[in-house]
Amino acid sequence: MALANKETPVVQPAARTRPVPLPVISLVLWALTLLGMAVTIWMAFLYAPEDAIEGQPQRIFYFHVPVSWAGMLAFVVMAAAGILYLWKKDERWDWVARASAEIGTLFISLALITGSIWGRTTWGTWWTWDARLTTTLILWFVYVGYLMLRNYMGRSSASNRAGAVMSIICVIDVPIIYESVNWWRTLHPAAEVGVAGALPPSVVLTLMISLATFTILYAVLMIQAYHLQRVQTLAQRLRAELE
Amino acid sequence: MNLLAQIWFILWKDIRCELRSKQMWIGMGLFALLVLVIFNFAFDLRVDNKAAVAPGALWVAFVFASFLGLGRTIAAEREKGSMDRLLLSPVNRKAIYLAKLLGNVLFIGVVEIVALPVFAILFNVPFSAGALIPIVLLGTVGIASVGTLFSAMAAATQAREFLLPILVFPLIVPILIAVVRATSAVMLVTTNEPPWLGLIAAFDAIFLTASTLLFEYVIEE
Repeated sequence: MALANKETPVVQPAARTRPVPLPVISLVLWALTLLGMAVTIWMAFLYAPEDAIEGQPQRIFYFHVPVSWAGMLAFVVMAAAGILYLWKKDERWDWVARASAEIGTLFISLALITGSIWGRTTWGTWWTWDARLTTTLILWFVYVGYLMLRNYMGRSSASNRAGAVMSIICVIDVPIIYESVNWWRTLHPAAEVGVAGALPPSVVLTLMISLATFTILYAVLMIQAYHLQRVQTLAQRLRAELE
Repeated sequence: MNLLAQIWFILWKDIRCELRSKQMWIGMGLFALLVLVIFNFAFDLRVDNKAAVAPGALWVAFVFASFLGLGRTIAAEREKGSMDRLLLSPVNRKAIYLAKLLGNVLFIGVVEIVALPVFAILFNVPFSAGALIPIVLLGTVGIASVGTLFSAMAAATQAREFLLPILVFPLIVPILIAVVRATSAVMLVTTNEPPWLGLIAAFDAIFLTASTLLFEYVIEE
């Protein structure tokens, strides 16, 4: 112990000398998420009218659509970060990609679960090989495969490049998978929001607020996951320096 | 040295390697035949369901066998230590990818040529070989184009044997759907099928281009 104290520390943590600034953006986004979630829950369960045909189970739609959207947004962000990484060679883009992959896996899992519950009540089956369902399931496999590849390759520039290449290949492939399964068979209800007069305005409003809330939730989780990635990389570098 | 000559030299090296050891061809071929036999038991093939199951069985055999070969593409080079030398030599990275891809298509193709007649005998399904050849060829190119790229990634990890199928199977879903449907269209009389062969060709073109461009990022040290 005494010996260890005598040694000069290898890296003086910068955070100790510099006061940590208050994470204002994170706090604001967290507050917005909390508020939005409260409003979404109230609107989804009380404000929006009961569906004439599907009844109460239809209300899961206000959570299912936003988590699916966030899961796909995370995928696009991951691929965009991958392209930017290959272009700029800046590892911060890789942290964005990793963070987005982790959060996207969570959202896509939730989308599969909520969709399955809804399908059970409305279609009478937990699962069907419809284009959207199948593509979402494959997206989930792609996410998990990506996370596995990144875990096995560790934190190196080779791993960063492999992750970027994989995300680019996958983002090209997902529309092709969708189209091929669509040719194969399809059942999912088509997007109903765009059709004029198809949905009452209260439903559209609830959905829009829910979508906005989940997008903010994605953003705030991204900030946390990004910082976690950064700290993990720095910690690993420090450990490697000590060894 | 131009690109074509580089591709040819790397490909010829791999072919000579394989001709000497013959491990991969025999292994892949036997594996494909065994999958066909196992399918025969698993699905209890009879006259009434044969035509419906046969295309799927054929392609499961082809895909599984091709993964045995794909997994070895870059891994074998790394084990022998020849990957570093290949990267040090003044060879275009695209030539390495295209040579490895051609090698894979060739090895898988040989296995398919052996397995197809056996399949025809075992399953006793009538089909015209002329109509099946473009489907098999285009499908193999599609599987190999993505598979070769990802085999370079998987080879960099400790877990390449199971990581490669986990990464590649989801991505070749369009190919798998299209080849099985196109194959059953050859064996059965079907109407109003979407242009599956066009889908496979488009998939091949897109992923050949993307993989050729992206391969250098994967093997850079």
